[in-house]
Amino acid sequence: MKKNSAFSRWFYGEKDTLLGKVEMKPQNGHAPRAGEIRELMEERRLIREHIYDVEDNQKLRLFHRLYQAAAVVFCLMLMLIMLVVVSWLPENGDPDNPVNNEVSARYIENGLQETGAVNIVTGMILDYRAFDTFGESNVLFISTVTVLILLHNKKKEKKTSAEGGMRADKSIYEENLILQKIAGILVPIIVIFGIYVILNGHLSPGGGFSGGAIIGAGLILYQNAFGFEKTERFFTEKTYKWVCFVSLTFYCLAKSYSFFTGANHLESGIPLGKAGAILSSGLILPLNICVGLVVACTMYTFFAMFRKGDF
Amino acid sequence: MFGPNLFTNYGEAVSVILFVIGFSNLLMQKNLIKKIIGLNIMDTAVYLFLAEKGYIRDRVAPIVVDGVQEVEAYINPVPSGLVLTGIVVSVSVTAIMLSLTIRLYRRYHTLDLDEISMLLKKEGR
Repeated sequence: MKKNSAFSRWFYGEKDTLLGKVEMKPQNGHAPRAGEIRELMEERRLIREHIYDVEDNQKLRLFHRLYQAAAVVFCLMLMLIMLVVVSWLPENGDPDNPVNNEVSARYIENGLQETGAVNIVTGMILDYRAFDTFGESNVLFISTVTVLILLHNKKKEKKTSAEGGMRADKSIYEENLILQKIAGILVPIIVIFGIYVILNGHLSPGGGFSGGAIIGAGLILYQNAFGFEKTERFFTEKTYKWVCFVSLTFYCLAKSYSFFTGANHLESGIPLGKAGAILSSGLILPLNICVGLVVACTMYTFFAMFRKGDF
Repeated sequence: MFGPNLFTNYGEAVSVILFVIGFSNLLMQKNLIKKIIGLNIMDTAVYLFLAEKGYIRDRVAPIVVDGVQEVEAYINPVPSGLVLTGIVVSVSVTAIMLSLTIRLYRRYHTLDLDEISMLLKKEGR
């Protein structure tokens, strides 16, 4: 690699190519001065009156009415067209529908032998179509990154109003005894149930996505009851980064290996195990755990970002 | 105009009506949060449609019980996987839209789309 090229300087962090070209300033919470609020409200009132001034503005009234009428007519037409299409669709629940073709027949007849998963849907999404699920996990990861870019407050600016607001309601956490007692009982049960759903993804309904969402909900309940100080002890930005990185990389490498060996008719060396046992069905269980970790971290990160803009 | 299966396909018909309800929310509401809710209703309608498409009369969910592996025993597993994909994408899209809405609110202190465009015009953009 050529030294001092734009790429190498960017790579070593000497030059930020986006600096000055995009809006990078993190937004602070909204805290206007006392007089400013009245000013703003007056301005808003004027604007609102201007926008919705239908009595004096004939053009505007015409536009509003035309827009509403056009929207209603458009929606009704859309509904009519789609209802006509539905009425010509093949009969619901008919076994001879064209949807029920040889693909699903193959999944049902050979799924258990080929993937080792009792739950055929899990076998389908984490074995036959594993790269699709990998893409889904990446969609979650990318959306979390976007939310982090949009809402993350830098920790240094502790004097901003959002932080001040959070510190002000710290006393809420100390007094909220009912919530704390109930959360102390419920959170372990919820998290254990989530782990159960993840680990039994190939045996019963469930899997990485639903189990991860359950664990994320448990974490959110824990945070609501005990505050950010308690969750910061085990969940920070670094935790999120490493958990997602390791899970996604493991998923990608493991599935690349199994697809590579499968496409070249090699022995993959991954035992399928006895169908119905927890430790069976090859790669599905580790992949489920990866997906579950990503989903749980994503859910909690969304919540933390929307709540405070920080972990 | 209407075909023979409108009332046997009532699940699909309900999903179509839900879709249109969500879409009319998207068109006619001025509040950004309500628009997002409308989009979520549309997502739900799509899940319902897919689930209805995968259903087959008198069959059970595709989890192998007692080693029964005939095609005649289980419903179609493919739409279930598609619904899963849809749910994940909808969660991500909703999170991104809500965070963009928060940023808009912090900038303009309103959620009304008309007011925001008015303020934009005042700024000369």
